Amino acid sequence: MLEQQLLNALTLGSVYALFALGFTLVFGVLAVINLSHGAVFMVGSYAALAMVSHLNAPLWAALLGAMVVSGTVGLLVDVLVLKPLRARNAPHLIPMIATIGVGIMLTSAAQGLFGAEVLRFPEDVMPAGEFMVGDVHVRALEIAIVAIAFLLMAVLFTILKRTQLGRALRAIAESPKAAYLLGINVEGLFHITSFVAAALGGIAGVLIGLNFNAITPFMGQPMLHKGIAVIILGGMGDIRGALIGGLFLGFAEVISKAYLSSQMGDAVAFGLLFLILLVRPSGLFGRKLERKA
Amino acid sequence: MRFLPKTLALVSALACAGLAQAADIKIGVAAALTGGAAQYGVSIRNGFQLAAEEINAKGGINGNKIQLVIEDEQGKKEEGINVFKKLIFQDKVLMVFGPTLSNSMFAAGPVANAAKTVVFGTSVTANGITDIGPYVFRNSVMESDVLPVTVATATKHYKLKKVAVIYGNDDAFTKSGYDVFKKVLEDQKLPVTTTETYVKGDVDFKAQLTKIKGSNPDAVVCSCLAEEAANIMLQARGLGIKVPFIGGNGFNSPKLFEISKLAGEGTFVGSPWSNTNPAPANKAFVASYVKKYNAEPNQFAAQAFDALHVAAAALQEVKLSGDVNTDREALKNALPKATINGATGPFKFRAAVTKTGKPGGWDADQKPFIYVVKGGKFTAFDGK
Repeated sequence: MLEQQLLNALTLGSVYALFALGFTLVFGVLAVINLSHGAVFMVGSYAALAMVSHLNAPLWAALLGAMVVSGTVGLLVDVLVLKPLRARNAPHLIPMIATIGVGIMLTSAAQGLFGAEVLRFPEDVMPAGEFMVGDVHVRALEIAIVAIAFLLMAVLFTILKRTQLGRALRAIAESPKAAYLLGINVEGLFHITSFVAAALGGIAGVLIGLNFNAITPFMGQPMLHKGIAVIILGGMGDIRGALIGGLFLGFAEVISKAYLSSQMGDAVAFGLLFLILLVRPSGLFGRKLERKA
Repeated sequence: MRFLPKTLALVSALACAGLAQAADIKIGVAAALTGGAAQYGVSIRNGFQLAAEEINAKGGINGNKIQLVIEDEQGKKEEGINVFKKLIFQDKVLMVFGPTLSNSMFAAGPVANAAKTVVFGTSVTANGITDIGPYVFRNSVMESDVLPVTVATATKHYKLKKVAVIYGNDDAFTKSGYDVFKKVLEDQKLPVTTTETYVKGDVDFKAQLTKIKGSNPDAVVCSCLAEEAANIMLQARGLGIKVPFIGGNGFNSPKLFEISKLAGEGTFVGSPWSNTNPAPANKAFVASYVKKYNAEPNQFAAQAFDALHVAAAALQEVKLSGDVNTDREALKNALPKATINGATGPFKFRAAVTKTGKPGGWDADQKPFIYVVKGGKFTAFDGK
């Protein structure tokens, strides 16, 4: 049964990582903890569901659609909420509180539009097929989830490391002022980052919705807590950290449920997190943050 | 002129108070109309509205019309308390129906009991609810009356040797269901391979189910709310678990099997209500519910519908004085004697046996129906 649990953990962990990636990206570039990220994740789920059930879209199109819809929401949050706050040099806490408000609004809107009941993807859009590898029961869906998550992460890493855009983003993360003085379009890149981060959050929402077959307006909240844990563990604003942290949390949760007790999943995962932070206060990959806003 | 709006509001409020018919019987309904328990709460509200319409269409109770004051308690404990206070102290209702979840009843029930107002639960099956006090009533059949029958029937049908158990351990309803299951499994000498838990809001049950699969049970006993149960069954089939499920009261939702399609095949469930029960009262209820709401009723609608009829039967015997405190007390004294032949079959109350020996409230005294799921539908189990 260990192999089966490892597969469960890998599926869960890779979605955590994908979710945390957008979360940490926004922090790294915009220096904002965007607490509407959980709600954006939920929006992605509903967007895909709406496309599948009302437009009869195939799953790949729904995944793309979810990224576009969530990304657009993320972009709007940046333009309508974060930008005005940046313009006024609002202290750190303000955008965080504002995004809590955005999250609540999005959750309420989803409840108004779709009701509070749990909704599900219709059977026929799921990647069909399941097979046994030894005594591990593998579904095509699980393979698809892990593959999509890792593919998106690989694309993002490549962009950040190898392209002009990535270099500019890293420059902003280092110092927005210096980047601005060097002629980088900082505002534009803030918008792009918000879009990309929310799109990653949105697709994570679809993948979780598919994996556990449950979509609710409230699904973002527990995810948000886990996302915060992951990026603190990985080191705030660190991309590698989000990947390793997400996988770590997924594994810690599943393995403790499997071998300690099913009541202890979250407790063990967050306990470990706490211990790691005692040893490394700025997370696994974090550097001391000495930025002045 | 600044004072004018206020004065107007006061005058109109006084005028309205004068115009309100003293003959209307105000009855509070606190149900979870939004939030996770909304699927139960909405059915409950529908059941009450249907019953109120029927009673009023027949001229009300001794000529008095029933006026429902419906509030959303969101399935939250805190909201339950707030709503109860509003209904009892502000709206001055004669009695309160609700709340939807056992958890909320443990929080809000004492408020009504302290205010000497009847609180009548239609969907709260946890143990200890009627320990709250003498003003607490329920027509929700307790799991300790249903589950022994369910387990025994399933054991006999499937020749079960050992079972696994999964339940939600932070919800009064699913936890108390588990406690009952545990005792029933001990009493019926059915060994448990493993006991797994989850918390409210979980959607990932794969770790627990993988463990259950490894323990090789003949069936999975599940004390879960409908939404969770659907996920658990779907994910169990996704992991290649092929054994049947035995469900607690949370499985009593036709929706559950609409969602889980054939994943729930062969599941055994006991229920206080049967949609196929041919008794005239039930047939009439199902027909009028479908006509009004364009949807199939469920157990929760049926129990709410019956509950208002039980209250109406008691109110027939009460001479209303117009003083709310006197009338509340009179209703509390009349209610235990009320009996009906309702949608859920013949109903009467029995005095609750409390743990402390203090006077408690009143529980339902009814027999359960046993179902097995076939083709994604509940079918009455005929023992074959």
